[in-house]
Amino acid sequence: MATRVVMEALSPTMEEGRLVEWKKQEGEAVAVGDVLAEVETDKAVMELVARAAGTLLKQVVPAGATVPVSEPVALIGEPGEAVDNGKPTPAQKQQGTQPAPGPPPAPAAEAERAAASAPAAAAPTPEGRVKASPLARRIAAERGIDLGALAGSGPEGRVVLRDLEQAPAAAPTHAGGPPAPHPILRTPEGAAFTDVPLNQLRKTIARRLVQSIGPIPTFYLTTEVDMERAWDAREALKTLGDGPKVSFNDIILKAVAAALRQHPACNAWWQDDHIRYWHEVHVSMAVAIEDGLITPVIRNTDLKSLREIAAESLDLAERARERRLKPEEYTGGTFSVSNLGMLDIDEFTAVINPPEAGILAVGRIVEKPVVHEGQLTVRRRLRLTMSCDHRVIDGATGARFLKTLKAMLENPLAMVW
Amino acid sequence: MPTLTYRDALNHALREEMARDPDVFLMGEEVGVYQGAYKVSRGLLDEFGPMRVVDTPITELGFAGVGIGAAMVGLRPVIEFMTWNFALLAIDQLVNNAAKMRYMSNGQVGVPAVFRGPGGAALQLAAQHSQAFESFYAHVPGLKVVMPATPADAKGLLKSAIRDDNPVVFIEGEMLYNLKGEVPEGEHVVPLGKADVKRAGRDVTIVCHSKTVAVALKAADELADDGVEAEVLDLRTIRPLDTEAVLASVARTHRCVVAEEGWPFAGVGAQVVDTIQREAFDELDAPVLRVTGADVPMPYNKQLEKAAKVDPAKVIAAVHSVLYRD
Repeated sequence: MATRVVMEALSPTMEEGRLVEWKKQEGEAVAVGDVLAEVETDKAVMELVARAAGTLLKQVVPAGATVPVSEPVALIGEPGEAVDNGKPTPAQKQQGTQPAPGPPPAPAAEAERAAASAPAAAAPTPEGRVKASPLARRIAAERGIDLGALAGSGPEGRVVLRDLEQAPAAAPTHAGGPPAPHPILRTPEGAAFTDVPLNQLRKTIARRLVQSIGPIPTFYLTTEVDMERAWDAREALKTLGDGPKVSFNDIILKAVAAALRQHPACNAWWQDDHIRYWHEVHVSMAVAIEDGLITPVIRNTDLKSLREIAAESLDLAERARERRLKPEEYTGGTFSVSNLGMLDIDEFTAVINPPEAGILAVGRIVEKPVVHEGQLTVRRRLRLTMSCDHRVIDGATGARFLKTLKAMLENPLAMVW
Repeated sequence: MPTLTYRDALNHALREEMARDPDVFLMGEEVGVYQGAYKVSRGLLDEFGPMRVVDTPITELGFAGVGIGAAMVGLRPVIEFMTWNFALLAIDQLVNNAAKMRYMSNGQVGVPAVFRGPGGAALQLAAQHSQAFESFYAHVPGLKVVMPATPADAKGLLKSAIRDDNPVVFIEGEMLYNLKGEVPEGEHVVPLGKADVKRAGRDVTIVCHSKTVAVALKAADELADDGVEAEVLDLRTIRPLDTEAVLASVARTHRCVVAEEGWPFAGVGAQVVDTIQREAFDELDAPVLRVTGADVPMPYNKQLEKAAKVDPAKVIAAVHSVLYRD
């Protein structure tokens, strides 16, 4: 019996895909893993590969057709085998994307793994549930204590207040706030993030601000940065010979990452009932493409050298424009940077890329008269505007981050300090 | 400050309010010539005469309705039920007339009446005469439910109830009438809707009212010997419930036991627990436990009756449980 090939969910948000081009024609032999067709998802052009071997018996849809996820696009089987239109019988439908009996189980398992891993990149699976009293949970979150590391003395191992009283405060923390910065190490335990439940104040702030301005209550902070030393630094880097050309955007990405490391309160996701403070810094950069934009992510931006960032941003931007990014390359960012300086925009406000809580809008570097060290002089200046999700970032929190960022750009050595 | 019994504290409140306001009058079975089945109205007939201290036939529904009618035309009746067990016959008047008149007349006609008498179990009065009905009345929008636990609160709360412009169900404790305590003389008014910390403590809150206040205080004494400091919070008014006081106490202690004389299902404690779990969830270190009367008609047999009632040992066991000491 023939195996159905269905439209697969090739991105976390994909509901349908457009079959751009068939790469295998009817009657051609097909091996597991062969590219059958190119499919345009909501974000990129991806490859649809064979999960079963045999002969491509039928292309159920023509090139150019748009097909909902899980609907059949082709049939693979033995040459000469009778084929229908690939529509599932009710029994088949229940099996979802699994092939009909016959082919080895491995491809199905592989498909499941692929499907499972795509969303996991954006939201790692939670740990096993730890039983704790609400009070213990709240205090542990405030003090940065890992509940899972404690032996609960309550019924069925429930962690209760007295268990916390004997526990050392794991990491230095702000009282009631986000975890303290780890200037060099990510975290002692290697956890990628800390989830902090919303306290009543934070809940009230969130509720009232959403009532006021919309689902993401955004406010904007603008600062002007003197770019003379960054300019000189970039000129100096150019003389170092081989290697990628470092753009101002790369310098800003590096500075943003370094500043986020010092201000973890801005490196966070709004998660409706809690705030996720990331221990890793993944800066998204907005890239304009032909009919829209996409935000590829430079993973662990803070741990990469300017040179690595320059090479990676160039590659990501190029492939973004070709719509060749993989889903895991444009999801999972913790903060975004959007730059319209090259289009001669002086300053602008950028729209937050949820669940991230902040985005930095970068204008152009412009020479203008300013008072510098008591003298009226011409300096290269840059205006930066940060959009903040007020449910996560308060005014002073965002302002402190921007202050650090400004200091780093005005003295680039601070980025590696 | 003079020491009075609970019964005399109520008597003083009635006398002072009747002297203060000629619209206040007392009506009920045996309140006049016999001076009250529990002697709460002692001396009032002599002092105020038969127009203001009115003996009635044994007709709870009838005289409750007469009282509501009097209140509707401007008087301030105090209707005494010999016990709240007998007042079941009058519950239609309380629920359908007293509680709803202001609402259904669009605010034109209020019912400033007090319905008072002893509630709960005494000793071996059996199933029909040993019932705690506060949650019945507290269920009804339009009724206030007040339950003093001490002589001072009895006086202060009854004065407030009489002065209140809405119907108040005032449930006394049959076993409390002989309780003695210091009672301020003259103008001593305790506001409705305010709970009272009868004993401060930091380890656990025991929410209670009426007779269970004494039970909780005794439990707290024994717990103190064991190093546990229990806070005893007397609700005093069941409705409107002083949620602020409950939440503030739970925020201090993080553990709570709610004790009441009545049956467990849909009892006053259920309402208290509902408030705590919703408003103070993150303060809780343990589930809130309730100690209630047994979920049975009150047994007549002395030992079974004892077993069915709330006592300090049951409260202490619950406290140990919320402290994870068991």
